[in-house]
Amino acid sequence: MSNPIDLDPFARFRAVTRARIGLGRAGDSLPIRAVLDFQLAHARARDAVHGHVDFAGMAERIGATQPVIRLKSRATDRPTYLARPDLGRRVDPAAVAGVERGDWDVAFVIADGLSAAAVEAHAEIVLSACLRRLGDLKVAPIVLGEQARVAFGDEVGEALGARIVVVLIGERPGLSVPDSLGAYLTFAPKVDRRDSERNCLSNIHADGLTHELAADKIAWLIRQALRLGLTGVDLKEDMTGTIALTSAP
Amino acid sequence: MSSYAILLGRQRHVFDDLKTLMAAASPEKSGDRLAGIAADTNERRVAARYLLADIPLKTFLEEPLIPYEIDEVTRLILDGHDAAAFSPVAHMTVGQFRDWLLSYECTTGALSALAPGLTPEMVAAVSKIMRNHDLIVVAAKTSVVTGFRTTIGLKGRLSSRLQPNHPTDDPEGVAGSTLDGLTYGVGDAVIGINPAGDNLEACIRLMELFDRLRQRFDIPMQSCVLTHVTTSIKAVEAGAPLDLVFQSIAGTEAANRGFGVDLNVLREGREAALSLKRGTVGDNVMYLETGQGSALSADAHHGVDEQTIEARAYAVARHLKPLIVNTVVGFIGPEYLYDAKQIIRAGLEDHFCGKLLGVPMGVDVCYTNHAEADQDDMDNLMFLLASAGVNFLIAVPGADDVMLNYQSLSYHDIVSLRHSFGRPPAPEFEAWLYRMGLFDSEGRLAPQASSDARRLIDYRASA
Repeated sequence: MSNPIDLDPFARFRAVTRARIGLGRAGDSLPIRAVLDFQLAHARARDAVHGHVDFAGMAERIGATQPVIRLKSRATDRPTYLARPDLGRRVDPAAVAGVERGDWDVAFVIADGLSAAAVEAHAEIVLSACLRRLGDLKVAPIVLGEQARVAFGDEVGEALGARIVVVLIGERPGLSVPDSLGAYLTFAPKVDRRDSERNCLSNIHADGLTHELAADKIAWLIRQALRLGLTGVDLKEDMTGTIALTSAP
Repeated sequence: MSSYAILLGRQRHVFDDLKTLMAAASPEKSGDRLAGIAADTNERRVAARYLLADIPLKTFLEEPLIPYEIDEVTRLILDGHDAAAFSPVAHMTVGQFRDWLLSYECTTGALSALAPGLTPEMVAAVSKIMRNHDLIVVAAKTSVVTGFRTTIGLKGRLSSRLQPNHPTDDPEGVAGSTLDGLTYGVGDAVIGINPAGDNLEACIRLMELFDRLRQRFDIPMQSCVLTHVTTSIKAVEAGAPLDLVFQSIAGTEAANRGFGVDLNVLREGREAALSLKRGTVGDNVMYLETGQGSALSADAHHGVDEQTIEARAYAVARHLKPLIVNTVVGFIGPEYLYDAKQIIRAGLEDHFCGKLLGVPMGVDVCYTNHAEADQDDMDNLMFLLASAGVNFLIAVPGADDVMLNYQSLSYHDIVSLRHSFGRPPAPEFEAWLYRMGLFDSEGRLAPQASSDARRLIDYRASA
């Protein structure tokens, strides 16, 4: 008879990997429990992609303390958004004409991206944590972008006249994490900026980068970008700087 | 450059040039729509196919879709064309070629002899007027056999890549996924990991991990760390136990530049791996990956449709005499292949085109969570590809890649296909599975772990 340890010879690996190993089998196939666990994870990821962010509610909550502008991209619905990234990168032309130019150090854009669940769970918390750290800077009205991709922020930032734009956006969901938020920083935003001209923080979620640490890093990157006059491959994230900033009052 | 026109009923359809016609004839792909080159009506697509069917194959030698002067892939294709091999089909139109491919005269031997005479544009063109059925039955007639420590692509065999990716390359985590896969008989094409970091030391540590495992259990296998070719060259210089050199490649010079490679550096990579002489049954030392849409995403497609550009990548591949090549068909996302219908079609096209050109073709049957696809669709594609005689398929634990965040096939799927089609693994690897007691006398997974199998599962990577 096999002893209890033999029932899961892969037990020793489970602490070091989330990979679906040692699942057992039914004939050649996966056992039913493994099939359903997979389907649940995929269902959550799909729901995150196709879910709707409650931007109206978000505008109301953020609007209590900050001016808010709601904008849509040129992608009119989710299928168009998924098939045509070029449309998700641009602002609806009628709406962008109404955006007033100002003298702003930084503009924040909350964009749905590929995970409504991530934006619902993390975006407002990260935003307010960032604002607490940036009290001395001129922050533009908060923009909420529907059916929007990262580069949506370029056109928005340019229209606002902001020196730097920060886009908080839902990342493409994986099976293990359907609600991961990303933050993209772009200095001197304008249409057709390249991805190499941005800095990115990803994996902001319950098992990843915490809200407070993410805000530390974002605030540090904003100050460095404003000081150096750039973002992108020439601006490296420096943990020492981040820690120094955390300990500041 | 000539334009092409056809009258269908009262509607006249005009196409400005050959690449416009090719794009319009392509089955619906979101990437071609994104590029603004897809047929805008269903009728126009079929109009383009009527015209394409009447174009002589020779035209593709005379009218390059991407100019010879500006693209080294075009130069590779045209300078390397074997006119003698081409001669049996040199008089045919694209349509006649399609009929001939399906005919009884078109045998495995005829296709192998023809391969050096075909260009990517010819096989892409004929694929556009072939139904999925045609792509499957013609591909099933091809044979492309390669070797390193195992022999891959033999008739009646199905090989697999074991993909033990881990978000931080934790050695025990990687080992867990690897050992699990070996107990399912997966990994005879390659144990290939996408490293989390691209730095040389981390890559060498992974190469050493797999090489120790190979030697410890005397496994006839090859491993590969899927890092940039220049990193692999440095690893060879540093004396690392490298089996295969990996690189992602595409079908235009500009797109390859986007990957940081050109033909020269790819040849250097191959020479570096050959210099180690680590192969036992063959000297195919390259592992290459491709995928429709990669040139468009790098803005390097020259107005050519994504499937034709993909076929051009196979000309780059065949030049390098690879052990294995696979399209990562559903990985790129819905802006290039929107749903399961497009992913399945692309998988069959890529496999067909690669095999016709003499490339040892496999497929990563896969999708991302923002594509309209699920595991049922992957079931369909894997069975279709097994029918088409695919050389190898990729598998990850439970079909879930926890590092790249997409879904592929599971180890179980490989076992199931092998049993459904009666296609065991590569012979050298199969013999090892029997020796280890991992297969029972009928070639099925052994119900009770043997002591050797138990030793394998208990192996400690860091010890």
